[in-house]
Amino acid sequence: MGDILLALSEAARLIGRFDANLVAIVALSLEVSLAAVVIATVVGLPVGAVIGVTRFRGRQTLIAVLNGLMGLPPVVVGLLVYLLLSRAGPLGQLGLLFTPVAMVIAQAILVAPIIAALSRQVIEDAWREYEEQLRSLGAGPVASALTLIWDTRFSIVTIVLAGFGRAAAEVGAVIIVGGNIDGVTRVMTTAIALETSKGDLPLALGLGIILVSLVLAINAAAQWVKETAQRRYG
Amino acid sequence: MAMIRGIFLTYGFATGLLATPAAWAQEKFITVASTTSTEQSGLFKHLLPVFEKKTGIQVRVVALGTGQALDMARRGDADVVFVHAKSAEEKFLAEGHGVKRFPVMYNDFILVGPKSDPAKVAGGKDILDALRKIEAAAAPFVSRGDRSGTHIAELDLWKMAGIDIARDKGPWYRDTGQGMGPALNTASSMNAYILADRGTWLSFKNRGDLAIVVEGDQRLFNQYGVMLVNPAKHPHVKKALGQAFVDWVVSSDGQKTIAGYKIGGEQLFFPNAASTR
Amino acid sequence: MLPLALDAVCFAARGRTIIDRVSCEIGTGPRTVILGPNGAGKSVLMRLCHGLLQPTSGTIAWQGTHETRRPREQAMVFQRPVMLRRSVLANVVYGLKLAGVSRAERELRARDVLDVVGLADRAGRPARVLSGGEQQRLALARAWAPGPEVLFLDEPTANLDPGATREVEYIIGQIHASGTKIIMTTHNLGQARRFADEILFLNEGRLAERAPAGQFFKQPASAEAASFIKGELPWQ
Repeated sequence: MGDILLALSEAARLIGRFDANLVAIVALSLEVSLAAVVIATVVGLPVGAVIGVTRFRGRQTLIAVLNGLMGLPPVVVGLLVYLLLSRAGPLGQLGLLFTPVAMVIAQAILVAPIIAALSRQVIEDAWREYEEQLRSLGAGPVASALTLIWDTRFSIVTIVLAGFGRAAAEVGAVIIVGGNIDGVTRVMTTAIALETSKGDLPLALGLGIILVSLVLAINAAAQWVKETAQRRYG
Repeated sequence: MAMIRGIFLTYGFATGLLATPAAWAQEKFITVASTTSTEQSGLFKHLLPVFEKKTGIQVRVVALGTGQALDMARRGDADVVFVHAKSAEEKFLAEGHGVKRFPVMYNDFILVGPKSDPAKVAGGKDILDALRKIEAAAAPFVSRGDRSGTHIAELDLWKMAGIDIARDKGPWYRDTGQGMGPALNTASSMNAYILADRGTWLSFKNRGDLAIVVEGDQRLFNQYGVMLVNPAKHPHVKKALGQAFVDWVVSSDGQKTIAGYKIGGEQLFFPNAASTR
Repeated sequence: MLPLALDAVCFAARGRTIIDRVSCEIGTGPRTVILGPNGAGKSVLMRLCHGLLQPTSGTIAWQGTHETRRPREQAMVFQRPVMLRRSVLANVVYGLKLAGVSRAERELRARDVLDVVGLADRAGRPARVLSGGEQQRLALARAWAPGPEVLFLDEPTANLDPGATREVEYIIGQIHASGTKIIMTTHNLGQARRFADEILFLNEGRLAERAPAGQFFKQPASAEAASFIKGELPWQ
């Protein structure tokens, strides 16, 4: 209990001081996770939509694989991306290791299957309802996929938020490909890991409280936007 | 249609976000592979700004265990290596991955243990004697077990004490595979003995019932070396910038800065680039 | 595009024969109603004609070819309308866009059609908050707006109350008056009597009888039709 109270006061102290280091870490965390989610959505949503509305051989296997990829352990993804981006690896020439770009790549790989698998389910369910009508109106598979994405947009926003939550919360991938370099690739989760291993538990917990509050705030904002839109468009 | 516009905006946004960090990559910087214990001691926060101000070269430290740091350099992912495990460093050199090893500084290890001191070693000056007593009493002992410099030093000490720890260890010996901080956390919660570097101990805040029980034995001194990763083997290594760092760290300016780092008024690292350790 | 020719069309699914060797030719002009008890296969037959299903055997041909050109040429209204999650006007515009109508024309035509079906004042409202009858009227507007030659309707008023049913029937009549061929299914005798010019009577997947409406109701040629009219074959 004492540690938690200490943590709360640490969190308050950090926020109150507007600690420059903390602000930089928070900004980087948001940038990396947001960029990762955007890329993951741009890649994963069309994939999920197309699988949702089409029928082809091996579809069930593909769906099972996609669902399974949602459970990719972050540390495994981190390791794979590290080996890819390492100088000794195939993409070493790009010099991306230990930069925020590497972190975005790793997190995008983690989040894309979540967006693809969940949107596939949502769009497939909607397709069951819409298929006859859309085909009757003359919509081909691409037009249908786009229409369904728009019509299920409230569920899709929730899926994207889930992806963002996953990205913002993970530490296993970004610590390996980013190196937790002070001032360059240190984000909230890796900072928390560092302070924990240094034994400064109140500070670690305080940072944790700030991180959770941020993610909650983002979700609350998104929820408000959804409610407003839903009221206007049914 | 509104959706197409949305998709283009998204692509633009993502590219913009990615471009910002990529722009950072243009500044002068080197990547230094070092150890978690060195970083957690706070030395870099004190040392690097001086170098950066002087040369304009940003130093990016990736802190891992000694074994991992050397492996990272073997893969060519670092420009400079700054660790404290002489035998491992010399092997690294022999393999051709490093150019030359320069001694930089030393700090010391301390034996930390519970105030209840079940093995009765507190206040002693002989580390080997203390280890023998711990083994005899089967008192809980936490090992880092992660091929780090500290771990290698610990294994060497057991050997010097005449104990084959791989054979003689019992459930009292906890091989955790963790960095210095987490291992100290484990020792604190288990009330166990542990060999730690003074730097991490001084900044460690979760001490519980632990305190220093043995210190000052010559055999506990921990020597640091710095090496430029061999550009002949890894052509993209930033040779000039990395060499500038190596040169500065062993120069009188760098050595003075190292000596100036104190925690609670106590000096942590003792520069010895001039000696031949 | 008309006439629509069905030649020995069969449709089977999961081992059951649903449509059993139906042959007929449907031409322009009369309001064609496909009548039959529940389970006769009316909905499946509609979907075969519209092109949503492929026959297991036999052929379906428009004006001698095997192509179906949607949606400018033929459209369909379903028993349960599916509204897109956007405004009433946007739903109609969506159909026009898919039909290839130019952007400039779309909104104009949409508003015209909404006017005819009596939804002009609700053009900006979300389509999903409309009542069942209003949604069905919107579905009619959406299907009709591109100006199809044929309009299929699959039990369009089965889920509506009498008032809404009358409104919808009136609109279908107007659509017919404007020159669109109407092919509609129903199991409701009263509706068939009110509305049909000719009857295709379907029972157990077979075309049991075909006749002009007046003749069908006064003197049905087949025994099944006679039983159905007497009210002895409502369900299957």
